[in-house]
Amino acid sequence: MTDLAADKPRARRSWRNIDLTAVAPFVALALLLVLGAFANSNFLSIDNLLNVITRSAFIAIIAVGATFVISSGGLDLSVGSMVAFVASLTIMFMNSGVIASPAMMLAAGVALALLIGAACGLANGLITTMGRIEPFIATLGTMGIFRGLTTWLSQGGAITLRSSEIQTLYRPAYFGTVLGVPVPIIVIFVIAAIGAFVLYRTRYGRHVLAVGSNEDVARYSGIPVDRVRTITYVIQGLCVAVACLLYIPRLGSTSATTGLMWELQAITAVVVGGTALRGGVGWIWGTICGAFILEIVGNIMLLSNFVSEYLLGAIQGAIIIIAMLVQRSLARR
Amino acid sequence: MSNPATPAPTASDAPLLETVGLSKSFGPVEVLKDIGFDVRAGEVHAIIGENGAGKSTLMKLLAGHLQPSRGELRIDGETVALTGPVDAEQRGIVLVHQEILLAPDLTVAQNVYLGREIGNGLTVDDRAMNEGARKAVRDLGADIDPKAVVGRLSIARRQLVQIARVLLVPHRVVIFDEPTASLTPIETEALLKVIADIRAKGAAVLYISHRLQEVKEIADRVTVLRDGKLVATRQAADLQPLDMAKLMVGRDVAKLYPDHQAPADRETILEVEDFSVPFYARNASFKLGKGEILGFAGLVGAGRTELMEGIVGLRPGRGTIRLNGEPVRFPNVDASLKAGIVYLSEDRKGKGLLLAKDLGTNLTLAALGRFVRGLQIDRDREAAALDKAIGEFDIRTGRKDLLAGQLSGGNQQKLLLAKMMMLDPGIVIIDEPTRGIDIGTKEQIYKFIVKLAGEGRSVIVVSSEMPELIGICDRILVMRSGSIVGEVTGDEMSEDKIVVLATGVKTQEAA
Repeated sequence: MTDLAADKPRARRSWRNIDLTAVAPFVALALLLVLGAFANSNFLSIDNLLNVITRSAFIAIIAVGATFVISSGGLDLSVGSMVAFVASLTIMFMNSGVIASPAMMLAAGVALALLIGAACGLANGLITTMGRIEPFIATLGTMGIFRGLTTWLSQGGAITLRSSEIQTLYRPAYFGTVLGVPVPIIVIFVIAAIGAFVLYRTRYGRHVLAVGSNEDVARYSGIPVDRVRTITYVIQGLCVAVACLLYIPRLGSTSATTGLMWELQAITAVVVGGTALRGGVGWIWGTICGAFILEIVGNIMLLSNFVSEYLLGAIQGAIIIIAMLVQRSLARR
Repeated sequence: MSNPATPAPTASDAPLLETVGLSKSFGPVEVLKDIGFDVRAGEVHAIIGENGAGKSTLMKLLAGHLQPSRGELRIDGETVALTGPVDAEQRGIVLVHQEILLAPDLTVAQNVYLGREIGNGLTVDDRAMNEGARKAVRDLGADIDPKAVVGRLSIARRQLVQIARVLLVPHRVVIFDEPTASLTPIETEALLKVIADIRAKGAAVLYISHRLQEVKEIADRVTVLRDGKLVATRQAADLQPLDMAKLMVGRDVAKLYPDHQAPADRETILEVEDFSVPFYARNASFKLGKGEILGFAGLVGAGRTELMEGIVGLRPGRGTIRLNGEPVRFPNVDASLKAGIVYLSEDRKGKGLLLAKDLGTNLTLAALGRFVRGLQIDRDREAAALDKAIGEFDIRTGRKDLLAGQLSGGNQQKLLLAKMMMLDPGIVIIDEPTRGIDIGTKEQIYKFIVKLAGEGRSVIVVSSEMPELIGICDRILVMRSGSIVGEVTGDEMSEDKIVVLATGVKTQEAA
């Protein structure tokens, strides 16, 4: 096996082992921060940055779930409608008054939100795996279902959290701080850390990447492919529920337009973060970075005068394409 | 599974594995009929047969991927019904698949331990798995970084990773399904050593191959299948490769390679000068004459395929190409097709045919313009063309509405050949024309190739099988690491000569 052993001198400098597609989003984020500093001197202020990151919390948390779904080779288009659906049901439950104590009511509401999120995810997962329907189509269907149900529940209007006691109790979940750091930011990092642990350190995470990389291989290796896939959708549902739990105290109300287009923003964050849409590779921290980038671009446009903020959608669209081009050119090396 | 590659102790004198009247039907078609044979501990038992003879089905039955329709399977004399591949593995029967079944995005170690990760509680233990994978690969005589991403390894190295993965399971019977199809002579040599090792440790090896010389070298016994039936089980020592071929085909195979008289002086049709394909081939120069069959030999990864893909415009390349003396450029395949050059990919299933489409659609795809009337595709003319191709190229298909993917490998190759001939090309480039094809069909393909040359077309054959290059080519160019390093012609054409050029070392060292 002479020629195999001496195939090439294995250059294993540490910097050559770094996957550039994994680093690119962080470089992009750093460049954006520099750009922002030039655009407006207030940009780099702690207040502004904390504010921007806080606002990215919903998309960032949802996108952590999307990283699981996408890296296993799936796709979930229903997350935006799912936010509206889960949040509406949770508010309606809290309004129902079946539990007298506001604190208990809040706790039960939180549990219910997580349960509904997981159930919605499970439904998506079972439709794609047991029903053998392409994830794009399956979740396109549930996207309509969740959105329609929300519109029906709200009768086209808004669903508002009525109990002022619960509101007061619940408010700090979005507006509170711990040691000066807003709670949503802490939640982002906790969720991302859990996600990274599961994806990189556990057997399940390994199986997610294997299924996304080559389904047949995974099946021949004795991995329960359908179960692995289904669980990614459940994880996605749980992440949506967590995002809802931050969303409800912010406005205390939902409507038929809650979470509109969030699925596209979440997918953008995942892709900008370096995760391949074809599956097999997943970068949790890249995804978080991608979510920050999206929000920061909007913030810079708002703070500077040279681009109209009405162009935000166009800029975000361009970011996706640029991110893909960069990824491809880096992967070719 | 922390104690790799330790065969469980063998029991008494019953054969390790035995089949009695084993049969398998798919719908009304019985693909395996009453197979009765046995495998003993410490032997290498080769299974040979033409494509469609039922070898793969038999292996899948033994490894638990399929369940028999009739008959039984005995392990240590006890009848068992395997519920699946995992069950077979637990009983020590493991299968090395013909195709590479690895997750391309995961590392070597992650693949080796996929589905049976070493864990401590909640997390996986990457360090232990990297160590284990490094050792498992080293046991096969190779040195591969366990942290390397599999998708970036050469095919041969992936094959080794796959074998390492399988051998990590405590095994008593190891089934190899054409493991050397994509390996070069040197890698094959190393693999045969690994197989001898497995045998020496008391396990049994079931070995499927089309390379009869290899079978002769390594096997203790040989079982021949034909049309789903067991024809014979013999001692390998009593059989010569030609005898094996006779048993497989069921008739005399006097001569595999047809006669071919190279024209004495021929005009140059194609001239390639200083042609480079970035990362794969450097400054290649060669000439191709009218009616000539030119061979390209070399190790896997020498850049032969990439050079050809560069010439026909499938990859960016630099250099001069002259067709009938006129300089030409092929920025894309369309351009080279129009110039009358066709390229038949080595990857029939991936790049040559639409497996999920019917035969007619595949046949006319490249020359669809000729089958259009008005705005519509003329189905009748397509059907007529298919009839003609089926006759001309002897495509064996029960029904004409089959999908390309339902044909055997040999018939797929014939269909691909027929598809490209629709374009009436002057130059035909065929990459690995007989990979994974049985001996009977091989013979036919060689006849087609020689016939093409006889009609005045020029043929380039890229192949890793040196005997076939020597058998049908007028001239053979040898590539090594992206460069053309030599040429052998006439009586000089021998495997030794080619190996020396292809590896850059003397044969004794190479082995």
